[in-house]
Amino acid sequence: MHKLYTHIIQIAGDVITVEAEDIGYTDIAEVTTKQGISLAQVIRLDGKKVSLQVFAGSRGISTGDKVRFLGHPMQISSGDDLLGRIFNGSGQPLDKGPALSQNLIGIGGPPVNPIKRIIPNKMVHTGIPMIDVFNSLVESQKLPIFSIAGEPYNELLARIAIQAKIDIIILGGMGLKYDDYLFFRDTLEEHGSLARSIFFIHTAADPIVECLLVPDTSLAVAEDFALKGKRVLVLLTDMTNFCDGLKEISITMEQVPSNRGYPGDIYTQLAARYEKAVDFDGAGSITILAVSTMPGDDVTHPVPDNTGYITEGQFYLKNKVIEPFGSLSRLKQLVNGKTRADHRTIMDTMIQLFASYRETLEKQTMGFVMSAWDRKLLHYGRRFEKEMMSLEVNLSLEKALDLGWEILAECFNPEETAIKKSMVEEYWPKK
Amino acid sequence: MAAKRKGKIVKISGNMVIVETGDFIVQNEVAYIIHGQERLKCEVIRIRGNKAETQVFENTAGLKIGEEVEFTDELLSVELGPGLLGQIFDGLQNPLPSVAEQCGFFLKRGVYLKALPDEKEWDFRPSRKAGEKVRAGEKLGFVPEKIFQHYIMVPFGLKGSLEIINIAEPGKYNLRQPIAKLKDQEAKVHEVFLKQSWPIKVPIQAYTEKLKPGEPLVTKMRLIDSLFPVARGGTYCIPGPFGSGKTVLQQLTSRYAEVDIVIIAACGERAGEAVETLKTFPELIDPRTGRPLSERTVIMVNTSSMPVAARESGVYTAVTIAEYYRQMGLNVLLLADSTSRWAQAMREMSGRLEEIPGEEAFPAYLESRIASFYERAGVVRLNDGSLGSLTIGGTVSPAGGNFEEPVTQATLKVVSAFHGLSRERSDARRYPAIDPLISWSKYKSFIDEIQVNRGHEILRKSYEVIQMIKVIGEEGISLADFIGYLKGEFFDFVYLQQNAYDPVDEATSAERQKYIFAFIYNNILEPQFAFEGKEKARQFFQSLRQQFRGWNSSAWESKEFKEIEKEISAIIEESLVKQEKVSA
Repeated sequence: MHKLYTHIIQIAGDVITVEAEDIGYTDIAEVTTKQGISLAQVIRLDGKKVSLQVFAGSRGISTGDKVRFLGHPMQISSGDDLLGRIFNGSGQPLDKGPALSQNLIGIGGPPVNPIKRIIPNKMVHTGIPMIDVFNSLVESQKLPIFSIAGEPYNELLARIAIQAKIDIIILGGMGLKYDDYLFFRDTLEEHGSLARSIFFIHTAADPIVECLLVPDTSLAVAEDFALKGKRVLVLLTDMTNFCDGLKEISITMEQVPSNRGYPGDIYTQLAARYEKAVDFDGAGSITILAVSTMPGDDVTHPVPDNTGYITEGQFYLKNKVIEPFGSLSRLKQLVNGKTRADHRTIMDTMIQLFASYRETLEKQTMGFVMSAWDRKLLHYGRRFEKEMMSLEVNLSLEKALDLGWEILAECFNPEETAIKKSMVEEYWPKK
Repeated sequence: MAAKRKGKIVKISGNMVIVETGDFIVQNEVAYIIHGQERLKCEVIRIRGNKAETQVFENTAGLKIGEEVEFTDELLSVELGPGLLGQIFDGLQNPLPSVAEQCGFFLKRGVYLKALPDEKEWDFRPSRKAGEKVRAGEKLGFVPEKIFQHYIMVPFGLKGSLEIINIAEPGKYNLRQPIAKLKDQEAKVHEVFLKQSWPIKVPIQAYTEKLKPGEPLVTKMRLIDSLFPVARGGTYCIPGPFGSGKTVLQQLTSRYAEVDIVIIAACGERAGEAVETLKTFPELIDPRTGRPLSERTVIMVNTSSMPVAARESGVYTAVTIAEYYRQMGLNVLLLADSTSRWAQAMREMSGRLEEIPGEEAFPAYLESRIASFYERAGVVRLNDGSLGSLTIGGTVSPAGGNFEEPVTQATLKVVSAFHGLSRERSDARRYPAIDPLISWSKYKSFIDEIQVNRGHEILRKSYEVIQMIKVIGEEGISLADFIGYLKGEFFDFVYLQQNAYDPVDEATSAERQKYIFAFIYNNILEPQFAFEGKEKARQFFQSLRQQFRGWNSSAWESKEFKEIEKEISAIIEESLVKQEKVSA
């Protein structure tokens, strides 16, 4: 049915060029080589010359290999059959289940009409006090987790996947270590969350171009579910690998790099993905949490920098905890006023006291004498770190707020916390 | 008319499509790619031999070599006429609510709807008679639009003096019914409608002269109005790293600025922020008119996930609509957020055209494009002698928060006020986070110049002392220096910072600013204080601060306002030994 082309005239990087006619821009082709069949996508049309990026990489491709154009852009199967399954970026199963070809949808679809969005107003409960209490995650929010290699960001995502009160979890893994992939799979299975999850996994051993598909595939499936009224949480890790994939392709295509080798359109590319986060007026929602590792812990690196301009706040994962200073959910004000009357009070008071604790710590390391107040703060700070900040903690918002009052009451007098009198009367634990 | 000129696609790379044609090609003309049932809009941006290089305003997925392209001979234009106010457009002037009605949740490519509905009728009142002579831009009459008299003007493109052959009687007309016929000097007859169209990249210049901006534009933000003012018809820019509050600042300005019409161009930024404006403006009441804010606003939305090329055109669409209302003698404010995204769109296109890149791969013409955009601002004297103004304020999102980058630098060259936001200030929750030490303005404030200079001076002084304290500690500096530091911090805290969540404090009238600034100048900045020690000095300023906070949130000239003023004066009077005033 589809014509075969066998005249590959150029192979550079993971981009091959064939001579062909009547090909649509961004269409998909199958490249058959000795190693097997790989998908490839048209990224440039110039007269008869068609350039394709080969998702499995170009290694071993011969100029005599066959290229078969499928006559349509990238498509992927969607729907309930995907739940509990694990795929690669182009939708091929990685588990032992059958390949799916039902209910095909396009990926990288058109943007949402801003008129059809609503102002976000629903909180996503994660059971992690540092998020729920201090920087609430809001449905339709897009938040990056800025971190560095070695930090437990995948553990954090896994916890959220298990605990979040949401309908469907979609995990997009880019450049994931094989161990991490197994960790995700086993952890979710252990906690019975696999049945509501879908994995799109690209591991570090796979060709880098293939990871370019992962966010699009994950978000296309998420969008399909959201349009059916589901509340979907998309977890992406690690977007820096995605950007490095973009960089590699753009250099191969001889595009002029703009900043540290990254292409000039990196902002647009990232925004096209992150902006898929949405709360539809009259349907479901997509919330995105995406890990971006910062090379050299440098937030001005093009990846975290461009990300910061797109997302609605950021979490810093540092020293194995979500750092309360610097982390910010810009949308939290939209929801934390209507959870429980004491939510904002606990949030503000505990953070202010924690800031004082950090100052005291500094004084302590410089060898100053600790006053009675300092000792109180040190005691408070340690409890806060252990019982609130630790990623091991799993508490509902209500319980976390109660715990907050309990810690405050154990460490301080009401006056020392500067909490409004009416609040103290209502919530301060009676001894 | 001759048959349409046509061409065929020969190359596709991203949103750049090269079209080969046997016919002539017009630079910057609009063309349509015929892809099955879809017609995709594009603009010719470079011509090489018989090849037109076009930027497509849509996603190019699925396009094929050899597909047909139709040239239109028209430059990219907008429709200007009654019905613009309160509308929400995309970068190509598609009305988004109508698009949503037709296409649902998503923006379908190739759907272009009429910006202004043809069939809607407007109540036209002529102000000129047959036989009179008119020139381009002169008013022929008006239709009421929301709270304004929307003047119907002689099309801006007509040349020389024209004679009115006939003009419609008062009554209801739709946009397709001619309301006048004009004869030009070559005896050619032109029909005039309630709407006209104008190419967006050409400034509307149907006025007598452009004047120097002088009169301040009151934004009701103290830090801006008092220290770094903006003039009506002037230009200013707000660069700042992410999270420093650019968009919030723009939103506050769009609500409170004392202008007739606000045009908001949300360009390549988050959809969520645009949604907030879209959904809240119809409900917010404009204190000056008593009507919803949306009635004096036009919103142009081209969020970051919408097609890149339309991002660039969105900025021009917005400025053209702004110029149109200026032609009616109104004061218009255009807020562009963010010009960096627009510059990035240029960079993407330049890369696809394989142009030789300039700094950070931005094209060499970046500066001149930015300059010619801001130059469209200004105060103008119209042909009937009245004045209109267009003020442009643009945010800049510098990579890494570094102001040395090309977009910020190119912008600083052409604007007359610079409101630089700093991460340190916003981290310290000092809002607005405009850094008074790096910002500047070439316009004159309504506050007395001597007082303003003293304000700047005390801020600098305070900064110097902070640096000293960092090195030698509080003990090491003199009491006089310490008081200088406290004065600066006090001035910053009670005057420059403003609480956007407080209904009174969020907007301060010019009158109140003058009063409070003079009060602070005369009673706190100028007098020399004598304290027993640093701790006493600190306590004094702390209690003063507390009082001022209450003062800031008490309504202007209310009983509460006057009481707090008395208390403050008492604190100053009682608790210090006041030395004789030092004249300035």
